[in-house]
Amino acid sequence: MNAEPVWIKWLRRLLTVLAVLFIVAPGFWVIYAAFRPNVEIMAKPPVWISQQLTVQSFKNIFSSEPGQGGVPVGRYFVNSIVISSASTFLAMLFGMAGGYAFSRYQFKGKNALFLGLMLCRTVPGVALSLPLFILFARTGLIDTHFGLILIYLALNLPFSIWLLDGFFSQIPSDLRQAAEIDGCSAWQAFWRIEFPLAIPGIASSAIFAFLTSWNEFALASQLTRSVNSKTLPVGLLDFSSEFTLDWTGMSAMAVVIIVPALLMTFVIQRRLVSGLIAGGVKG
Amino acid sequence: MYEMNNPNQLRISSKPTRRRKASWFSSPPVLLLFPTVLVVGVLIVLPMLLSLYASFTEYYLLRPDSILKWVGFENYRVILSDSKFWSAFLRTIVFLTLALNLEMLVGLGLALLVNKALHGKQVLRTILMFPMTFSPILVGYMFKYMFNDNIGVINNGLQSLGINAVIPWLIDEKLAFFSILLAEMWMSTSVFSILILAGLLAVPQEQLEAAAVDGSNPWQTFRHIILPHIQPFILIAMTIRSLDVARAYDIVQVMTGGGPAGRTELLWTLISRTGYVDSRMGEANAMGFIATITSILFTYSFYRQLSAARNTLEGKA
Repeated sequence: MNAEPVWIKWLRRLLTVLAVLFIVAPGFWVIYAAFRPNVEIMAKPPVWISQQLTVQSFKNIFSSEPGQGGVPVGRYFVNSIVISSASTFLAMLFGMAGGYAFSRYQFKGKNALFLGLMLCRTVPGVALSLPLFILFARTGLIDTHFGLILIYLALNLPFSIWLLDGFFSQIPSDLRQAAEIDGCSAWQAFWRIEFPLAIPGIASSAIFAFLTSWNEFALASQLTRSVNSKTLPVGLLDFSSEFTLDWTGMSAMAVVIIVPALLMTFVIQRRLVSGLIAGGVKG
Repeated sequence: MYEMNNPNQLRISSKPTRRRKASWFSSPPVLLLFPTVLVVGVLIVLPMLLSLYASFTEYYLLRPDSILKWVGFENYRVILSDSKFWSAFLRTIVFLTLALNLEMLVGLGLALLVNKALHGKQVLRTILMFPMTFSPILVGYMFKYMFNDNIGVINNGLQSLGINAVIPWLIDEKLAFFSILLAEMWMSTSVFSILILAGLLAVPQEQLEAAAVDGSNPWQTFRHIILPHIQPFILIAMTIRSLDVARAYDIVQVMTGGGPAGRTELLWTLISRTGYVDSRMGEANAMGFIATITSILFTYSFYRQLSAARNTLEGKA
């Protein structure tokens, strides 16, 4: 490996830097836009170095209330938090049970069930929204938090099971057997021995499920109507119904959506990968 | 890194059944999986059956009773003889084929680059993961902003360099397809690069050294040692990625809305236009069903390959 020519080393460095730029630049450009006034974004010839950075756009989007014009980002933010948290909590509860069943028990039709769950996850959001639109309209679930919580629970379960199956499989089952020999019931053994060891994995799965709900658009755009339940990604499109595109407002809202997601991903990154692989390898 | 099938598992699973010889519904896996099956059954399987039924009716959104009017295969006949449907369908297939293959290749390239980096591997990996965080709707917005023909950074940049061009990135059919593909790749390549990188880290060092001693060239080393090791990881990435190919709907919806004049229409945007804008729910459900079957076939084929590769991987580990 030391025999490598120097130019290859430099080529590799160059490619790495270009790749990093390509990944980071779009995000940077939007964050930058959020702090610039609209006139500057629209200016011809283009202004590259901003003369007047401001947080005005953030003040604007958070002070607009429904009915006054403007986009009520504060309300959408609360909706997103409530819907994503509740569906994540339920997905973890049911997903832990399901993931545990897949990782610790052999039963008839195990592989078929796992595959079936994955195939349910693959149904395109738009296709699923059509019948849900009918069902939700009939049952009064349209434009409610509860409706979206339910459907996000169903969407998150298969993948949470994939991840949690992987995380539980990484815990040696000898530990639990030892606890059972010492007189623990299966239930006690799980909560005292396996659950504490699985907490980091469960936290990663939870964040992943949270982000899936936080970012979802196809279903939310059809099953929500108003400030009652609209989530942030749906709300972002409110801007395009106005006559002129408010680029700086939209960018500010984009920042509001991305910052919590970025922080969470940063926390779970390494564990997430190991869970994905363990779940995929075992299945 | 991961624990394989443990021989002790058999003992655990047989224990509770021995304790109480009850019927199958009180066995632990059935109880544990019951809530999942219930939720997924009621919220995904049942609605899709309703969708299948609706695809055989005249269902028109503004006349809810029309969902009871059975028309047989009429909706399928209409859409299958509609050139708009076929162009959207073919564009979707081309788009997916290009996107998945390019993402896999670029992801592999990125993973190899990062794996060879001497410093800052951790930081680079975090950066690789960055796009996974973004909502598809945000990715669409970001690229719409950058590719805007009037104020976008790309055209502005070209103009500042003295090239006086106003390139219609999101208006011309081919350019718009390219812009959307680029956005899709920006968003999803990280799934491949992250998982392949994990695979590269697991390649046994001794085999690489042995290959170096035997004087094999970089390509031979890659082809015969590295590739067989990372292949299951590529398949895991493909399977995960195939689960949400329809996310491209969000991107297109923001960037072009399928327009102008249907020039960037994908199957998914056509479904929502037919159903929610034109109110022709019967046809929309028929298309939705075709889209669902397509997605299922995609995922199923990758999952089968993954299952096959899994056996070899288990043997190795």
